[in-house]
Amino acid sequence: MSQNVLAIAEQIEGVFRKVTFEALSEGRRIADQSGGELNALVLGDNIENISKELEQFGADRIIVAENSALSEYLPDAYGNVIADVINKETPEVVILGASTQGKDIAARLSARLNAPLAMDCVAIRFEDNNLIATRYMYGGKILADVVLNGKPQILAIRPNAMTIASAAGTGAVEKFEVNTGKTSVKFIEKHLDTGKVDLTEADTVVSGGRGMGGPDFAVIEELAQVLEGAVGASRSAVDEGWRSSSDQVGQTGKVVSPNLYIACGISGAIQHLAGMSSSNVIVAINKDPAAAIFQVADICIVENLITFIPAFIEVYEKAQSEGDQNG
Amino acid sequence: MKGKVTKVEIVVLLKQVPATESIIGIAADGVSIKKDDIKWVINPYDEFAVEEALRIREAQGGSVSILSVGSEKTVEAIRTALAMGADKGILINVPDKDVCDGLTTAKILSAALKEIPFELIIAGQRAVDDDNFQVGAATAEFLDIPHISMVIKQEIIDGKITCHRTVDGGTVVLETPLPALFTTQRGINEPRYASLPGIMKAKKKPIDMKTMTDIGLDPETVGKPLTKIVSLKSPPERKGGIMIEGDSAQEKAAKIVKILHEEEKVL
Repeated sequence: MSQNVLAIAEQIEGVFRKVTFEALSEGRRIADQSGGELNALVLGDNIENISKELEQFGADRIIVAENSALSEYLPDAYGNVIADVINKETPEVVILGASTQGKDIAARLSARLNAPLAMDCVAIRFEDNNLIATRYMYGGKILADVVLNGKPQILAIRPNAMTIASAAGTGAVEKFEVNTGKTSVKFIEKHLDTGKVDLTEADTVVSGGRGMGGPDFAVIEELAQVLEGAVGASRSAVDEGWRSSSDQVGQTGKVVSPNLYIACGISGAIQHLAGMSSSNVIVAINKDPAAAIFQVADICIVENLITFIPAFIEVYEKAQSEGDQNG
Repeated sequence: MKGKVTKVEIVVLLKQVPATESIIGIAADGVSIKKDDIKWVINPYDEFAVEEALRIREAQGGSVSILSVGSEKTVEAIRTALAMGADKGILINVPDKDVCDGLTTAKILSAALKEIPFELIIAGQRAVDDDNFQVGAATAEFLDIPHISMVIKQEIIDGKITCHRTVDGGTVVLETPLPALFTTQRGINEPRYASLPGIMKAKKKPIDMKTMTDIGLDPETVGKPLTKIVSLKSPPERKGGIMIEGDSAQEKAAKIVKILHEEEKVL
């Protein structure tokens, strides 16, 4: 049976999030395997000009829900409009990024539509025409294969877990008549750290733990900046008040799977390992040779962070500039 | 000038989960976990919810009820919340064998909530066992009330709640009239420990046990989850890697940069 897929895009201030391209790419793959269409839904205000970008990732139709009431994400207004689009389009599969916003939409939508939801999937495959979603449970300690019975099947995919593939789509842009319906939630204000790489989408994450010895994360910040990555923290560093809770990586924080994870002064408690062990390459720097983190790291360094990280930055920058000169 | 502060009837949605330090093993059936040696606790995010509810009650009056879906064992977690200071508990008793997915749990909770007076529902942003991030928002949807998730700060004035919600890369401030539901994010508070007098008092506080049938649900229909786990496995184990040796930080740094660039190709 052909599966029509609707991918819900996420844009912040007119810029699509990386996970949106991942959701479209995965959606295209699902549609191709079953001979269905991939359509994209973009919500917001003043977004028609950016919407065309989604055709590069295989969108056949790009549905634009444009309205000043959608300029900021509000769970009820967005939920109402997305549900209207789904009821009109009747896709078999709805796919979206499991960002903070995407998780919120997916959860509310599953109840509205009485539809099965696989949250935070890291892989999707077909087996005997059944879609099987793979997702972590217990904060990364268990991998579960889940089947979804019902329609639409809602798949919220974990940022950084699936590959982006360009594909030519028809890319026909069409407007959706927006009716935000009954709403209660009002936007007051926002405080966004613009220019900062988001922890869950970063290619590189540099995290600090108790071994930092205090709130001064300057060396970590600098290393993250040089590597164009994001700064994370262990629970100890957050509990000490050295870092904000939004930086926490682990079972009770964020789960990350960057290309490169650098753990600095982190002992490697099971809760922390659960949140980062699906990273591609793990580097651990710790002055204690017996630290548990060394059991999972690919590259281990027993060193004092405060002297080692600046040395690392110096060597890296030197190699960079030599690389540039060599062309 | 401050608006009117009034009493709030609060319900906290609470789940009992394995403590986060637990090692999780897979049971012989391949689709559930080994439960023998696990220490069970209140879901950490629900603990923030209990604490926030108590602080609201202490500041403005009202009541705090704990509502759970689970097996009889869940009474322990409810009792702990009562020892922290909550007023009463309600357990919708669903035996372990009847596995609930997030949506089923939300259906049961919302059916139970139709019989409990409330102005505010507080839930954890997720339970750290299933990691579904689903029950709070889905329960609000079934009750047709607004929700705000991942809240680190809230204030209730004039029948409205203002919430600071964490989003990727910052915070957003949203406001909604009550009744409403919000979910907690780490940072909202530091949960108190149950005191000895609190534990003694909790023994006398009421816990209502109900079945799905008691709240008007047919276990045969509601109890059939739309999602089904077909297999569980442990994630691929990472092997310990190489230890970088060298006489100085510079020498080690040079080795790593070379490995990350030439072999791992991540720099």
